[in-house]
Formats: sequence, structure tokens, C-alpha cells
Amino acid sequence: MRLQKLKLHEHEAKTIFEKYDIPTPRGKLTTSSTLVKEVTAKLGVPTVVKAQILVSGRGKAGGILFANSPEEAENAAKRLLGSEIKGVKVKEVLVEEKIAAKKELYLGITTDRAKCSYVAIASSEGGMDIEEVAVTMPKRIVKVFIDSTYGFRLYHAHQIARKLGYMGSQMRDLATIFLKLYKIAMDYDAELIEINPLIETVEGKFVAADSRILIDDNALYRHPEYKERLIPEEDTELSAQEVEAQKTGLAYVKLDGNIGIIGNGAGLVMATLDAVQFYGGRPANFLDVGGGASSDMMASALNIVLSDPKVEVVFINILGGITRCDEVAKGILEAKKRVGFAKPIVIRLVGTNEEEGRRILTEAGIHFLDSMEEAAVKAVEIAKTGG
Amino acid sequence: MGVFVGKHTRAIVQGITGGQGSFHTRLMLHYGTQIVAGTSPMKGGTQVHGVPVYDTVEEAASKHRANASIIFVPAPFAADAAFEAVEAGLKTIVIITEHIPVKDAIQVMARAKQAQVTVIGPNTPGIIAPNECKLGIMPAHVFKRGCVGVASRSGTLTYEIATGLSVSGLGQSTCIGLGGDQIVGLSFVDVLKEFERDKQTKAVALIGEIGGNLEELAAEYIAKEGYTKPVAAFIAGRTAPPGKRMGHAGAIIMGRTGTADSKIEAFKKAGVDVAEKPRDVARLLAERLKKKSISTRCKSEK
Repeated sequence: MRLQKLKLHEHEAKTIFEKYDIPTPRGKLTTSSTLVKEVTAKLGVPTVVKAQILVSGRGKAGGILFANSPEEAENAAKRLLGSEIKGVKVKEVLVEEKIAAKKELYLGITTDRAKCSYVAIASSEGGMDIEEVAVTMPKRIVKVFIDSTYGFRLYHAHQIARKLGYMGSQMRDLATIFLKLYKIAMDYDAELIEINPLIETVEGKFVAADSRILIDDNALYRHPEYKERLIPEEDTELSAQEVEAQKTGLAYVKLDGNIGIIGNGAGLVMATLDAVQFYGGRPANFLDVGGGASSDMMASALNIVLSDPKVEVVFINILGGITRCDEVAKGILEAKKRVGFAKPIVIRLVGTNEEEGRRILTEAGIHFLDSMEEAAVKAVEIAKTGG
Repeated sequence: MGVFVGKHTRAIVQGITGGQGSFHTRLMLHYGTQIVAGTSPMKGGTQVHGVPVYDTVEEAASKHRANASIIFVPAPFAADAAFEAVEAGLKTIVIITEHIPVKDAIQVMARAKQAQVTVIGPNTPGIIAPNECKLGIMPAHVFKRGCVGVASRSGTLTYEIATGLSVSGLGQSTCIGLGGDQIVGLSFVDVLKEFERDKQTKAVALIGEIGGNLEELAAEYIAKEGYTKPVAAFIAGRTAPPGKRMGHAGAIIMGRTGTADSKIEAFKKAGVDVAEKPRDVARLLAERLKKKSISTRCKSEK
């Protein structure tokens, strides 16, 4: 279980687009502001300098700057390179010609749970506020569900282009781009692929100005070239605990409370967070050790949660199914040996091999409870009184 | 008789020689499930816990009149295993395997739909009709034969709620894990339809979580069709912050859709009781059944 979908950088997506002949702006990826200046001089103004970071809302957070002279471009690059945007350091920028837009469109392919299929989505209202459009003007969004036996065909793409108001060669150009986008989605196992915005130029051509590709990480065995990207380090929005959890294969999400939570099964852990909040507490994290966790996994989980300085108490909620309570108990003792319990721990342990698990804990002088509600109340109480 | 599975179920285990496959074959046999054969390419002719192993599903299914399959094979081969089961004419397929690529899952569901095959999962604990058939990896001791049909998107949380139902005396008619992935074979609506027809089921418990819109669609169905049996729901992830993935591929909140609030509101509008804590599900259903003077005693089919 991994927390982050494999996101491709904008420049990586554009390299793929070039391979499939989807038009992109001319530009260059670089770490040097001097080069940004030179490229701008060569491309002609205006240009746009874009931080290559994997954060959402990059434009609104100041990661995209426009320049009307080579010097301005150089300054923009200087401002971006080495700076932090949403906690992520900018190491590279993409400098590109700024395309004059007559219109900004949105094209995307993703999956639809209810229909169990891929869906092609397009809108004549592309740009930064596409999510807003989906909510406030759903009629401006065109959708075609894709039958997996026949795939996304040219006539589907024609239908969409017509609905966006295009005809003639423009209809054909737009449809061709959409078909290629679908081909990329299939070839790369993309769970989401978007061109946003797809610019309609003043001359009536289409250019992919920005793109987002999320690769299905369950399919990475078919794409070994991206495999080493799985453990992102400083270039993500993840906390130290989140990175550590990814290395161990644990599902961890940092939250901002003071009650550390460990459980088995995503649904149960979420319900545990809910119970803690119901009784007035604030969870410090979500941590799912998964099914059939070994004592070693359990020890690592405790280690990660205890390394968060905000945590005042840890609540372990285990309902053994394929996970065995004796393994969990051993893991708890192992963690105690390795790092010690500087903080109080509330344990609820029931299910497969619970007698053995409880015996191990009792012998070590560790207290446990029967019900999730009871344990949640106890954890909240400890967090409030500071132990 | 349970929905989808029951005493009539004659199942094969695909991937029976692997660690998980072999372990759970033993537990399913112990529960009384008819595991009639297993498959594992190149292991044909051997046995696992007394169950004959074949190289292909075609052989296993035809020699043992099998009508269902449970799949434990690793993710890269799971879609193939499902296609093979569909082609061999098996009508109920449980896919335990997790981490199956979305593209593969979509193809499997399309093929299954075409052949009118029921797929449970992937990434599911499986299905259990207490005292009749367990086609899954759930701990059997938390289930008790009774009258509540359970459909869930989560594993351990299902055990939590099933325990509550067992302790309260309501028990379960059939308990189905829909699966934690984005693309799964059954929706809440599919299962609601089955429970409506099932005589043993007197009430329904739906266990949902944040992400997707399966709960909203279920609420819409219940309201529109005038569902006759009492329904209670629990939604995990009420307090999850938006935009964070909580482990399951399923549990992602995208913008405003798929939030716990949206699901809870939809259920309440449809007249479904929404439990604040897992253990409240049993209490809510018992109250509703009492009000409607529905007997919760289930005839045991011996």
C-alpha cells in the first residue's frame, strides 16, 4: 500500500507528448537562470518560467511566472530556483514560449468507479479553475464513457470536438490529440491524464500548455523506468514520518492532532480516527499496518508514530482477522525494547489468537482494553490531561 | 440460502499452492465450504489439503462441476485468472488479490458483465453466508447465522460491525466485501437488489467509506425504488482531511464529491439510519425491526 500516486513532472509529460506528436510549446528544462535568459532571447518574448515541482495548485502558489524580456525571465528563474513552494524545493524550471490563447480547453482521461470504465472528459472552460467549472457549470463538461472492448474511437473524439463547438480541420485536429491522449493513457497505465489548458491559438491551432499524468502504481511492474521514483525524498510535500512509512510499506498520513493512531485495515483506522474525534480528541496521524502484519511491521509502525514530537498518547486498535494478535503483541514488545515507551499507549486487541496476544502483553505489564469505544475514550482522556 | 453463495456453491481455488491460497483453503474447508478443486499451472496432479490440483481451470471446473472460484494469484496474473474462470463458465468469482492494475480490473469487469458473471472484489475479504459457505479470508468466528445482509467496502471494519450484529443476536444472512479498490465488480445497488429478493435477509447494513459515489447511488436507489427492508449505514472517514489518501486506493476525497458529509446526507434523505460509531449499526437495525414488528428469528436450514 502506497500513499502517493506516481505523478510525472510537467516536463516528463511533455516529453511523452512529443513522442506521440501532441504539439507542445517550444522550451527548455534547466537548472540555470542564465540559460533561461538565453532561451528567452532565442524563443522571443513573452516566455513563461515554470517551477518543476509535484504540488497541486502550483500556479496559484506562485510557481509559474511570466517574462517580457530575457532579463525578466532570468530574474523569474532566480526567484524560483532554490525557493520553496508549498514546502517543496524548486530544483528545475521549464522555460517556454508563452502561447497567445484565443481559448483554453481541458481534455482528460480517467476512471469512473460506478461505470467500471475509463471516461474521456473535455471542457471549453479549461484553465486553473476546472474543478470549479465541474461544480458550478456541469453542463460545460462533456463526458464519454469508454467501452473497454472497443476503446476510445475517432468518432467519440469527433463527438466531443463537435460538442465543444469545433468543425472542419479544427474538429479533426482536436479529435486526433484526444485519441493520442487515450493511447498514452493505455500505454503508460495512467489513472489520470490531463491537458490543462489545451490552448487554441489565435491561428486556430491546438497546443498542450500544461499536463498532469498520474501513473497507476499497481502497474509499475510494467513500467520499470518509473519504479525507482516510488520513494520521493525532499521533492514532495511529505513529512519525515510519511517518507519513512513509505520505505517500510506502511500506509501513513500525517494529521495535526496529538493522539497517534495505529490500526489494521484502512476502514477500521478511519473509523478509529472518527471515534477519537467523536469523543473530543485530535488524531496525530492515520497509520494502517495492513493485513497480516508481522511483529516487525508493528514495531516499525510504533517507531514512526512515536517519532512525531506532537504525539502525547498512542492508540493501537487491532481487530485480528488475518492479522494475528500474538504477532501484534510481540511487535509492541519489540518496539518497547528498541525505542522505549516515552509516551502512554492505549491498546485494544481482539480477534485471531487474542488469548496468546493478551498473555504476552499481561506478562510484560502492558494494559489492554476490549472495545474500540472504551479505548478511544481512554486515549482522549490521557491526551487531555497530558498523561 | 445466502445470496451469490450457499450450500450449492462448489468452488475451485485459483492459486491454491501459494502461501495464502493453501492457508485459506484449509480454513474454508474447515468451515464446511465445498472446495472441489484447485489450480496452479505446472502443479497439476498434486494435492493441497486433500484437494486435487489442476493446471487449468477448464479441467478443474469440468471434472468437478464447479460453479464458483476464489482467486489468490499474484496481481500481475490475476486478470488472466479471472478471464480463465469466466471462460470456464464459473458464475461467481471472488478476487482476493490486491494491487491489480486499474486497466486490468476494468477489462475483467467488462468481460464478466458480458458473460453475466458476478465478480466480488478485487481486494476483498470475500463473501460469507454463515453456516453455509465461506468464500474468503475473513475470520469465521465473528459471524453468526442471522437476518442482516451486510455489504462493505472495508475488511476489518466489517468484522467490527459483524461482531456487533452477532453479539446483539441479529447475526448475518450474507456478508459481502465489495473490495477496497476503485474498480470492483459489485456496487451497493447490485447487492441491495439481491438482499431485497432474499427471504432470509430482514434488514441491510451498508458499510461505506469516503471516496467515490457508490454510497450516494445506493441512497438514490433506496429512495427511488421505495426499498422495503430497513437499512442502516456506517461511513468511515468522517474526519479525514480532504485531498489525503487514507490507505485504500478507494479512499480518496476529490474536491467536494465523495466526502463523508455528502454520503451521510444522501443516506439520511433516503431514510437510512446512519450510525455514528460501528457498534451502533446493530442497535439501529434492532430498533427499526422492532418498530416494524419484524421477527428476527431466522429459520435454520438443516
